Amino acid sequence: MIVAEGKPVEKILEMVAPFKKVLIAGCRGCVTVCLTGGEKEVGILASQIRMARSKDGNPIEILEQTEERQCDAEYNAKFLENVEQVDAIVSLACGIGIQYLGEKYPATPIFPGVNTLMLGANIDVGKWEERCMACGDCVLDKTGGICPITRCSKSLLNGPCGGSQYGKCEVSTPAKEDIPCGWQLIYDRLSALGQLDKMKEIIPSKNWLRAKGPRTYVREDLTLDRS
Amino acid sequence: MTEANDKPEVTLKSGSALEKTYVSGQFVCTGEVGPPMESSFHHVELFGNAMKGRVDSINLTDNQTAMTRLSSWAAAVKLIQMGLEPNLQMVCRDRNRLAMQSDLLGAYALGVRNVLCLSGDHQSFGNHPGCKGVYDLDSIQLINMVKRLRDDGCFECGAECKNNPKFFIGCAENPFGDPFEFRAVRLEKKIEAGADFVQTQCILDMERFVLFMERVRERGLHKRIYISPGLMPVKSAKMARYMQHGVPGMLVSEDFCQRLEKAENGKIAALDLTVDYIKQCQQIEGVSGVHVMAVAWEEVVPLVVEKAGLLPRPFAPFADNPAPITDEIKAMWAKAKVDGYLARN
Ligand code: SF4
Ligand code: SF4
Repeated sequence: MIVAEGKPVEKILEMVAPFKKVLIAGCRGCVTVCLTGGEKEVGILASQIRMARSKDGNPIEILEQTEERQCDAEYNAKFLENVEQVDAIVSLACGIGIQYLGEKYPATPIFPGVNTLMLGANIDVGKWEERCMACGDCVLDKTGGICPITRCSKSLLNGPCGGSQYGKCEVSTPAKEDIPCGWQLIYDRLSALGQLDKMKEIIPSKNWLRAKGPRTYVREDLTLDRS
Repeated sequence: MTEANDKPEVTLKSGSALEKTYVSGQFVCTGEVGPPMESSFHHVELFGNAMKGRVDSINLTDNQTAMTRLSSWAAAVKLIQMGLEPNLQMVCRDRNRLAMQSDLLGAYALGVRNVLCLSGDHQSFGNHPGCKGVYDLDSIQLINMVKRLRDDGCFECGAECKNNPKFFIGCAENPFGDPFEFRAVRLEKKIEAGADFVQTQCILDMERFVLFMERVRERGLHKRIYISPGLMPVKSAKMARYMQHGVPGMLVSEDFCQRLEKAENGKIAALDLTVDYIKQCQQIEGVSGVHVMAVAWEEVVPLVVEKAGLLPRPFAPFADNPAPITDEIKAMWAKAKVDGYLARN
């Protein structure tokens, strides 16, 4: 899923400072699952902003609405009634949702209430880890199902580099961030699968054009013939 | 040694002094200079001069430890102007394949003949930790790009390169990194990619290096690539201890640390240890030379090289007439109390 973290309230207060009536828009997709931008978080943020603003003697009116997905035009249409009443929107969806909702209502300024972090998995309570960077040319078949682009700090295709030791990446600091060496993980997995020979193959240079936007994806079989 | 000289003439890939020395079968000795963090060649000239006639080729590190430094190719050209032979280090962290190939063309046109291909330390270690790490290629892909430029006369994209650069291609390998069993295999990948010589991560744990060389010989790699272990005089016991625990990918043996700790004069002991390790390396089957990497202590290279009996150098520029040691270097020796080193038994 797409993992996001909430922005500090102070930052959001700065963004909405000029406005008197604001909509906070949540999303029931990934950001609900990672407990950052669902109905509950919309409610919490709304109260925080209301409180802060009344304390400053500058009250603000806040509307709250959460829909199924903000990366979907159909659901975004449902925000219409509320959007028409406000000066600005704060979206708690991922970067895609924020932009897509903004595109739907171009006359209303929209602000990010979250920092979109990664495509990751919830590996433990309150802990997420990145697993994919959407590079556009998946090499998991060569690397035992573990992504070198994401899990190696240098995205090396022929690792591990000389900094790998005791299973840790060279950027890992026990005090701060404990980062496993992605290539050690690949080695261990291939070893367990009896496929270590794969590590002997040189993986050629990558076509990063596939990994770099703006990317579009068209499926002729699904597009509507509008002629 | 003489045996190698009797061999029929081989076609050299680059014609560099470094290549000639390796090919001749004579024991290679290379040095290293870290370009400074300022717009001045003083440092490069000072240490280049100190190594003049005493090493076959001098590595110029490329933004070492991810700190912004004077460019390695500019420092390499400075050495050429001084009549010395540079070994241009190139890391994948700071440049994409366009920039790397363009630097390779320029460096070769200016006379650079050796290049050492590396991944590079992660940018987060350096003085611009928030910069964007490039890693368009990894070190193995870089090696292959330099080889294709040389042997196939084509750029990475496959298009023809006229007046293509013909480098002697180096790589690094770390016998102390994990997984240990894979390290020799990874060296083999570098050979397949096109590496002609390897300079290893510095050896501060001889036992592990000996084990690594066993793995290398099992695979017959020493017959396919020239191997120079990296040897680093370590200034103090404290630094050795730090490297033992604080530097990722490094192993420092207890013996190494203790020899420095127990010594009366730590600096002399550091030089002795390096000389001792050089001599041990000379006994290891498959080792073709040594790379003396006196990081931030370049001035002691002449001492170590002479003490280890590696002079005169067979093919090095100015081999029969090494540059006199300058007063500035002598003052540095005196300050570290190593000035009487060569006179000691
Ligand atoms: S190789 Fe690319 S697509 Fe596959 S998991 Fe990694 S980043 Fe994602
Ligand atoms: S230590 Fe491992 S994960 Fe870290 S950069 Fe090197 S190969 Fe990649």
